[in-house]
Amino acid sequence: MSQISAVVPEVEQSRRLKRSIYSSDNWIAYLLILPSLVGFALFYALPTIRGLFISFTDWNLLTPAKYVGLSNYKELFRDPDFWNAIKVTVSYVLWNIPLQTALALVFALVMNAVAGSNLLRGLMLLPWLMPNVVVGLLWLWLVDPNVGILNVAIKAISGSSIPFLSSPKYAIPTIAWINIWRHMGYTALLVFAGLQTIPKEVYEAASIDGASSRQTFFRVTLPLLRPVLTFVIVTSVIGSFQVFDTVAITTKGGPINATKVFNYFIYQQAFERFRMGYATAISIILFVILVGVSILQMRLMRAGEVD
Amino acid sequence: MAAVHGSGKILLRLTILVILIITLFPFYWVVRTALTPSKVIFTSPSAFWPPNPTFDNYLRVLGLVDAETSVRMGGSGQSLNFFLFLRNSLIVSTIITIFQVFFSALAAYAFARLKFPLRNQLFGIYVSALAVPGIVMLIPNFVLIQQLKLQNTFLGIVAPSLFMTPFAVFFLRQFFLGINKELEEAALIEGAGRIRILFQIILPLSSGSITTLSIITFINSWNDYLWPLLVGKSEQVRVLTVALGIFRSQTPQGAPDWSGLMAGTSLAIIPIIILFVSFGKKIINSLGYMGFR
Repeated sequence: MSQISAVVPEVEQSRRLKRSIYSSDNWIAYLLILPSLVGFALFYALPTIRGLFISFTDWNLLTPAKYVGLSNYKELFRDPDFWNAIKVTVSYVLWNIPLQTALALVFALVMNAVAGSNLLRGLMLLPWLMPNVVVGLLWLWLVDPNVGILNVAIKAISGSSIPFLSSPKYAIPTIAWINIWRHMGYTALLVFAGLQTIPKEVYEAASIDGASSRQTFFRVTLPLLRPVLTFVIVTSVIGSFQVFDTVAITTKGGPINATKVFNYFIYQQAFERFRMGYATAISIILFVILVGVSILQMRLMRAGEVD
Repeated sequence: MAAVHGSGKILLRLTILVILIITLFPFYWVVRTALTPSKVIFTSPSAFWPPNPTFDNYLRVLGLVDAETSVRMGGSGQSLNFFLFLRNSLIVSTIITIFQVFFSALAAYAFARLKFPLRNQLFGIYVSALAVPGIVMLIPNFVLIQQLKLQNTFLGIVAPSLFMTPFAVFFLRQFFLGINKELEEAALIEGAGRIRILFQIILPLSSGSITTLSIITFINSWNDYLWPLLVGKSEQVRVLTVALGIFRSQTPQGAPDWSGLMAGTSLAIIPIIILFVSFGKKIINSLGYMGFR
């Protein structure tokens, strides 16, 4: 009991100390923040505001920009290529996310079953460390309709090859698969980290109650993984709405606009047709869509919460 | 989890095998193709081992044989100035990593430990920038670099990533917040300044997470494609990813030079493999952590 009296002055002292720690160094704080602030102002804040301004002009890099009001935005809604970009991007996301999440879950369960193996986790992560350009080239070769090994095998079995990247029907699923292949190990690693936080007692309790392993998975593991899965899915969706590199390397938006996703459409408008105003207007719309999608997703995933 | 046994064990092993094949086979196929003479590519496309293995493709892609020999070997005469592009990639990624991590650490420390007017508002603005898609800032940034006449310079390529990323500041601040304050307080009592505390206590204590962030930053800049494509197309500053993209678009459409392309591709991933072998364990163990914070 006598300890308490000894503690009180110490608390008082540390409070006083803290006050002195947290005053008098404003200028040091600003000094420390200065470089990051310069970078943030120049390359994050300024371009975001400037982008908004450019979207109200007809700027083409060559002649001075002229204010055109909302006409870029009005044109956008009449532009079939814009609606095509929405359609293509959404279809990409719908191919990408469910399959990637399901595979990542399987991978994560395997990682968890052999949790001691850093090697296995490392090997699964390898594709994620590769540049998109490399991954794109690699799969371009594997699925080549004439001599790509995948198609050689398919031809041997079914008699005819599949034009994975050269037919409008298969191009989006194929690009989705290429990115799934690159990301599934990484996504699995995040899910695995989530699995590791589930206490063993929960599984013990389930097994005492006589739950089968299927019941345990659906009634125990999945619900407890919910926060991790929410995080993983929301960030993957935001990421996959912005797919670019793989398309640029493999199909360049073709065949016949079948893979002209949002970012590729914007890229072409800006850097092939030099319609800076129009391109930034599309990018602003993408921003709005992404904010909307994220809010919606968070709502949906919270709405189902039991407790 | 309950011990896996019997049929479960077989199923597990089978799944691991399938996963490893899906993950690793494409890499093997790249190397196999790169070692196959380019004319044989079309005659025996499915041989598992490279038929008549050769380093010809590497030699011609690296420009180590003259154009005539290269065409005789089955190439398009196109070579990849590999060592120049490797140098450029190394310069760009190293500069970005050093400056970005350093400046972000300074800011992260101030946000974590110092109290100053507008601190929380400023940090909030930094974090909210995480929600802005890259393409929104890409076009105005491109215009800015053009107006500053920094196109086709290393400075132009690294500039937007040099000072900070919201993620780096956020990540390091989170880590600094977790460091025990007592050491710092003791140092303050003994009269140490903030700057000294940062460099002599905080940074050494967080060397682990700083290494992790540095590796991730390095790999991200190594892999970046669109930005260096826009501002650094000229040979003198062209990085490997951009070079590979150009190399690919220069190969003939009908019968691409697959063995050459794969030789180039396999060369481009060697540096990442080296990094991965040296730091793999660290990357794996900290990625899960990074994801959640």
